[in-house]
Amino acid sequence: MNNTITLIIDGEEIQAPQDATVQQVLESINKAAPIICAHEATTSEGICRQCVVEVEGWRVLAPACVTKVSTGMVIFTNSERVNRSRRTILEMLNASVDLSEAPELQAQMDEFGADRERFPHAKTREQDVKDDNPFFVRDYEKCLLCWRCVQACGDDIQYTYSISVGGRGFDSKISTFFDSPMPETTCVFCGNCVAVCPTNALKSKTEHFMELGLDYDEIRQEKRAEKKKMGKA
Amino acid sequence: MALSPYFACKMGGRPSEARGRGAERLNRKKVVVRRKFTMIKSQKSVRSTCPYCGVGCQIDLQIKDEKIFRVDAPFGVAPNFGRLCTKGRFGTDYVHHPSRLKNPLIRKDIGTKPRKAIGMDGFREATWDEALDLAAEKIAEIVQKNGGDAMGTFCSAKATNEDNYIFQKFVRGVIGTNNVDHCARLCHAASVAGLQIAIGSSAMSNSIAEMKDLDVFIVVGSNTSETHPVISTFLREAVVKNGAKLIVVDPREIEMTQFATSWLRQKPGTDVVVFQAMAQVIIEEKLYDEAFIRERVEGFDNYAASIQESTPEWAEEISGTPADEIRAAARLYAKAEKAAIYWGMGISQSVHGTDNALSLANLALLSGNLGKEGTGLNPLRGQNNVQGCSDSGGLPAVFPGYQSVTDPEIKAKFELDWGVPLNPEAGLTTMEMVDAAEKGAITGYYVMGENPMMSEPDLRHARHVMEELDFVLVQDIFMNETGEYADIILPASSFAEKDGTFTNSDRRVQLIREAVPAPGNARDDWKIISDLAQRVEKKLGREKSAGFVFDSPSAIWDEMARLTPEFQGITHARIVKEDGVHWPCPTPDHPGTPFLFADTFPSGKGKLTPLNYRPSQELPDDEYPLLLSTGRVLYHWHGGTMTRRSKLDDIYPDPTVEVHPKDARPLNIHAGDWIKVRSRRGEIRVKVLITKRSRPGMVFIPMHFAEAAANELTLDARDPQAKIPDYKVAAVILEKA
Repeated sequence: MNNTITLIIDGEEIQAPQDATVQQVLESINKAAPIICAHEATTSEGICRQCVVEVEGWRVLAPACVTKVSTGMVIFTNSERVNRSRRTILEMLNASVDLSEAPELQAQMDEFGADRERFPHAKTREQDVKDDNPFFVRDYEKCLLCWRCVQACGDDIQYTYSISVGGRGFDSKISTFFDSPMPETTCVFCGNCVAVCPTNALKSKTEHFMELGLDYDEIRQEKRAEKKKMGKA
Repeated sequence: MALSPYFACKMGGRPSEARGRGAERLNRKKVVVRRKFTMIKSQKSVRSTCPYCGVGCQIDLQIKDEKIFRVDAPFGVAPNFGRLCTKGRFGTDYVHHPSRLKNPLIRKDIGTKPRKAIGMDGFREATWDEALDLAAEKIAEIVQKNGGDAMGTFCSAKATNEDNYIFQKFVRGVIGTNNVDHCARLCHAASVAGLQIAIGSSAMSNSIAEMKDLDVFIVVGSNTSETHPVISTFLREAVVKNGAKLIVVDPREIEMTQFATSWLRQKPGTDVVVFQAMAQVIIEEKLYDEAFIRERVEGFDNYAASIQESTPEWAEEISGTPADEIRAAARLYAKAEKAAIYWGMGISQSVHGTDNALSLANLALLSGNLGKEGTGLNPLRGQNNVQGCSDSGGLPAVFPGYQSVTDPEIKAKFELDWGVPLNPEAGLTTMEMVDAAEKGAITGYYVMGENPMMSEPDLRHARHVMEELDFVLVQDIFMNETGEYADIILPASSFAEKDGTFTNSDRRVQLIREAVPAPGNARDDWKIISDLAQRVEKKLGREKSAGFVFDSPSAIWDEMARLTPEFQGITHARIVKEDGVHWPCPTPDHPGTPFLFADTFPSGKGKLTPLNYRPSQELPDDEYPLLLSTGRVLYHWHGGTMTRRSKLDDIYPDPTVEVHPKDARPLNIHAGDWIKVRSRRGEIRVKVLITKRSRPGMVFIPMHFAEAAANELTLDARDPQAKIPDYKVAAVILEKA
């Protein structure tokens, strides 16, 4: 078979299709690397670097989600270097981003023994919840910029292009054009961004209110009352 | 006093303070230890099918304390592969709306005529026994006095296949009439009529899953991104990712035009002209598929001769679409390896709707774009189960599976199975039932899950008819404009409260499952109908029951499948295993049929039909200078019974009219003004939206708003074959309110 290649993963010889990514091969042998920014519905861009593996002879760690396999590659998925990298990424993210509603990341922190208090004086992304539409709220202190929502809004699901990354460096954030409220953008409120958010930074409003202790009918009355007030004002 | 979360946010506070963990947050700069998450845990996740449009998206309802608090979509499952639109994702909260009907209601002044529309105050609550006995008595009385044909019945494109099967069984087997129809008459009847003539089948020929891999496709009369948003994402994917070429034919600048290679902007009501001209180009330039025509099509010579005069220049004159663009589009479509046509209400809701559909069928037959993957004639169905309701026999001329009621052999098959004699005459269509009621031939209505008093054209006339009926029985989840005329209202359960199947636009039979309990004493539709049917049988003194004892919807499906060859391979258990099955599926080991007509058409050969252009019935004049077209918007859905009771109403709360700036200026009307729109039939008050989406001289009004129903304005002019009314062309005038 011409289109199959052989590589070594953790000392084991593996046959893999030529055009596969490392992550696809790892999934096929039940050793999938942990992920943050990857999602089955969006295109992997290698942003978070959580899925890195060590490739013998390579200077840097390779993100499994976008690195293609090649003949003779020697890959380590569980080396000290790999685990330290993953642990540090989690510790740094946890220092500035509110990961409390990301159960998968909490589990990864436990798995890699991340110290949740390693950077106690880090600047946080603390900010108000953005509540500007009837369907979902945006709590960007929980946002780790995985980019999935932008992809879902754009070329991976909805082709609507109403959000993108604005700002630079630490101030980078997911934003609309001129930071306008959602109803003033091209947004169609499909909520496909909410569906792919890994940290609950985007959350359906019903869920948000229920977490605040309001019951279903209160949410409705609340909204109706507010609407009336706004209409009269 | 606890601050409302809204208020807390407005004051610059944080919702977290309302949650009582403010203190913890204040210290968090120093201590980064985060609390355990307070997320709501889903108590159960229930796989179901979205209750809105015909795409049939698979959804996972997340339930806590018997409430749907979130809707997810499974990523690996057809037809939507995790994608949802705003209605499916956020619009299911109507299920828990406080105004859901919880008990059977009986009109207090029952028996007085003419009946008036009344609110909830005009009704009293009753027990199921009382309401059903009274309903059975009234129905039996009409049947005994005037015969079964004096009942007009409306089944529901919102209800399950099983509900509709039982409904038509009750109507045909107990009441003894074939007067059963539903709102498909008001939506795709013309597509059905046209496709029946051309190829002998009316369903969408190809599946949603094929959309990503199209080469060229035409979207006509469908505002796809608002009416079938999830389908529109696959179509856009075909364009953006796979380089497909899109031809949009629409008088309005809909969102899909942004993705189009070619946008043919015809004047409303001139679709036939554009497609005739495209066909002329295909024949003139010999772009047709000779082998396909030789083997599978008849009437070519006759047809070719008939359209010699239909040049693009002729079409430009009538439709306003540049001849060159028509030529280019025709070449693009005919030369493509795989080319598909998708259409919506713009084609069928017209006095020449059948001709419109035929003109599309002609194009597909000429170019051989049929019976292959990624091709086809694809009417996009509007309601979650409008396909299934027709499949299950919710039509006046056919039993389940489109088996003719007038065919003695088929009638005998059903008579044998049900054990009762059946009416050999085809029944009346929706609009004909209104006419019959006006003449007094129909004296009673049974309406399940439909709102004809919103959806029929020329509402003033429809209301007048309703006032004179002897008996009106309504079965629904909410009080609506039709319920206000009812004598008895029976409360039904919604999609989230029962089991059953919906059949989506591409003929995929999918399950809905009980996720939450029905409010109050509301019951499943099939249970109500079975109970009522047995009581009516008793009142009529029938010796033998047609059979209404079922223990589950699954058993009802099995009975329908037994009688319908195309469903025989499908059972509920199989759908559970495979998530959904495309009919036709004649045997349990048949894989189902994602695309139709691979080898042959149901009518044998496809027919090319010569057509003549006829102008619309009412066009703008001095008195009523503007052309009115009606349609839908993203955030609402049909009569609004559901979306007006969900948070979708918060973003689009008011009835609107889209006006071109050039039309607005001389009248001195501005965005946000409330104005009156008047036609020869009525007037409504709506809010102005200034936009260039339509050409000057044309206004557009969405149909969803009961307080300003667009159908007060529309005229009851019908397509002669399909009997579908024209909702897309009427003449109106704007006046300052």
